[in-house]
Amino acid sequence: MLLSEIVSVLFHGAAYGTILYVISVGLSVTMGLMGFANLAHGVFAMAGGYTLTTLMGWYGVPFPLALLAAFVGTAVIGLILERLLYSRLYDAGELVQVLLCIGLIFIAVALARIGFGAQAQRVALPGYLQGQVSILGRDFIAYRVFIIIFSALLITALWIVIERTRWGAIVRAAVDNGRMAQSIGINTAMVFTLTFMLGSGLAGLGGALGVDLLSVQPTYPFEYLIYFLIVVALGGLGTVRGPFFAALLIGIGDTACKYWVPEFGSFFVFLAVTVILGLRPKGLFGTRA
Amino acid sequence: MHPHISTFYLASVRVRAAELLPWIVALAAFFLFPDFLSLGARILIYILLVLSLDLVIGYAGIVTLGHAAFFGIGAYTAGILSAHFGIKDPLLQLAAAGTVACLVGFGTGLYVLRTSGLTLIMLTLAISALCLEVANKATSWTGGADGLSGVTIAPILGYFRFDLWGKTAYLYSLAVLFVVWWLVRTLLNSPFGASLAGIRDNRTRMEGIGALVNRRLVQVYSISAGIAGLAGALLTQTNQFVGLNALGFELSGEILVMLVLGGVGRLYGAFIGTAAYLIAQDQLAKKFPEDWYLGVGILLVGVTMFARGGLLGALDSLTARLRRALKL
Amino acid sequence: MTPALEVKGLCRSFGALIVADHIDFQLERGARHALIGPNGAGKSTFVNLLAGRLRPDAGRILLDGQDITRLSAAHRVKRGIGRTFQTNTLFRHLAVLDNVALAIAERMGVSGQLFRAASAHQEVIEEARALLTMLNLMALEKTVVRDLPYGQQRLVEIAIALGLRPRVLILDEPAAGVPSHESYLIFDAISQMPADIAILFIEHDMDLVFRFARRITVLASGAILMEGTPKEVESDRKVREIYLGESRG
Repeated sequence: MLLSEIVSVLFHGAAYGTILYVISVGLSVTMGLMGFANLAHGVFAMAGGYTLTTLMGWYGVPFPLALLAAFVGTAVIGLILERLLYSRLYDAGELVQVLLCIGLIFIAVALARIGFGAQAQRVALPGYLQGQVSILGRDFIAYRVFIIIFSALLITALWIVIERTRWGAIVRAAVDNGRMAQSIGINTAMVFTLTFMLGSGLAGLGGALGVDLLSVQPTYPFEYLIYFLIVVALGGLGTVRGPFFAALLIGIGDTACKYWVPEFGSFFVFLAVTVILGLRPKGLFGTRA
Repeated sequence: MHPHISTFYLASVRVRAAELLPWIVALAAFFLFPDFLSLGARILIYILLVLSLDLVIGYAGIVTLGHAAFFGIGAYTAGILSAHFGIKDPLLQLAAAGTVACLVGFGTGLYVLRTSGLTLIMLTLAISALCLEVANKATSWTGGADGLSGVTIAPILGYFRFDLWGKTAYLYSLAVLFVVWWLVRTLLNSPFGASLAGIRDNRTRMEGIGALVNRRLVQVYSISAGIAGLAGALLTQTNQFVGLNALGFELSGEILVMLVLGGVGRLYGAFIGTAAYLIAQDQLAKKFPEDWYLGVGILLVGVTMFARGGLLGALDSLTARLRRALKL
Repeated sequence: MTPALEVKGLCRSFGALIVADHIDFQLERGARHALIGPNGAGKSTFVNLLAGRLRPDAGRILLDGQDITRLSAAHRVKRGIGRTFQTNTLFRHLAVLDNVALAIAERMGVSGQLFRAASAHQEVIEEARALLTMLNLMALEKTVVRDLPYGQQRLVEIAIALGLRPRVLILDEPAAGVPSHESYLIFDAISQMPADIAILFIEHDMDLVFRFARRITVLASGAILMEGTPKEVESDRKVREIYLGESRG
């Protein structure tokens, strides 16, 4: 039966990990690009979750459209906040940046509570994503299979954009050396804004996709912040690949701990992170601090 | 963000009249508002905690998001001593809580302060999450999510009983705060305090004059952790209960708000910010809990955009403006 | 007599770029020794290697015959190597006196003192004032450093270094950026320094070099091109070609 347990842990861990990655990748890139620790990143994921549950639950919007709306909606929120607030603090000290983020978290938590109440949101998935699917004679929860496949496609697309397109090349250049990029005529402010937007949009999409994994409730930005930061910290800043492996590791590790040693909760994951970060401040897969 | 004191070696350390104000207000409040003494004790305890945070953030320039961990460690130390070991003497608990928190601060400080920037912030966060998870899961010791009850406290010095109205708790907290304030004030005016200012101003140059910067940061981090631990013990003793929220990330965030509201690196910012925050919270948060958080959030964003010196900073620039206006 | 500072076979490279190429060097006690060389010769790298801000790939550094190659910058200061920086690296928000007092307190080992006010440490303050008086900065003791003109900031930089009472003092372009009619102030101060301090200075102004140096080392491409008295250096053809030729027309 152990094998079956391992498969189950790997499966759920992978679904959890890919969601963590989709949410966190934007955080990693913006941290590397702008040197801004956006502790309020979870706010965008939560916004995506609420967008999906509201559109589907209250207005009967079909699932794919709601997913798209979560992406676009949070990207627009990201655009507004970046232009209005974040961009003014790129040169400010860490403390000021941290404060802005805590302020945004407080605002988001309060707004969520006012708008939706304190309970976790539930959503009825469309029929074609309910139930189980059978793969190699084993049953898997259909929605989690969907999460893994959808995320895999998304991640592939993202990597192609970052590594094959001109815009991706610009972002990578700006991460490596912002001043250099600016001096060869790249509009870094524009790059920052677009990247922030995309990162927020992805977080929203991740939050929407993960409604049944990370429950959509007002304390979301507090509760999961540590996980998003851990993914970025272990993955290394400014990369898109590092956080992927980190997210999988954490997703599977956390699932395994909660499955086999529930009496310790997330203790071992946090312990591992503390040790790894202390020994390798650049992260497991990172090259830059 | 920090106000800069430009001289230590030429500064007078005599206590100015304005510095007595908090103590006069605190004593007056004891007689004027006998119905609000439990709120008053809470304010004093949090001032102590925020003061310790200011030492780390404002004076040593270490941005931490895990300071509540030391508060929680102090709170649980006092609580566990009472509930599991029958050690009910409050001063003994206080000393133990301060020592344990200080030692944990020393240990984690050695480890965490080798890093800087984002890594440091995340490490403090991770360690505080670790502490929270321990308190959450070690239910036989901590009571887990239900909190640790069965905490009883003996009278202070065998004589002053903790009363229902919170009179003892108030004066006791005030006395502890006063002693710590005096120690912190002395520390900040000492050569040690001057060297902290040097580290904040130009860390590389401090190394260039032979200062063992890291050792000094670990020292101040441990001292600050110890003070936070004292505050935690005071909370346990006045509430006779410890809950998980004494350790949480939300508390770390909230005390940061109090500090910033009052003014970072100003010593008295902790007094003003904490009192203002907790009194406003007491008046508003029960009636409008959601709006309260919304307001705090908006206030915080506003502070980062427009008023980075906090209340005391705003007061400074107001008096400066007045002075200029009067000269003209 | 062992030299104050001795360097044996010091090497350092950044990737393919060799910035210190088997440098052998001696700084005698009480030396007034200039280090010159064209831009990119590796002068600053050499200073950073001596001060411990850079680690060498190979070679040894001896202070009074004791190996200090593996010590950190802060520990080297404690052993007696003081330095100034090419551009000002002062405590910009602190008063002039505090800048100097920090260094003195550090040297005296009182900077870890918690329970006595800084202003009660008369021994620190008096010594700082003596240095400020020597450098003509006494009237400015309460002025915040960033409000000082650049030339005087350079003097504060020197005062800090002297406050460490170094046995070896390295001055990295002490008069850089100072208007030439003020640079004499700085070199006056240097010439008044205690005779037993071994001073190594980097300087671009050849007039100043030939006036103050008793010995000169010429560095080019990370290696020592030649070393000798000012006369020997001035008359050396190689040096004239690659170096003096440029600056003296």
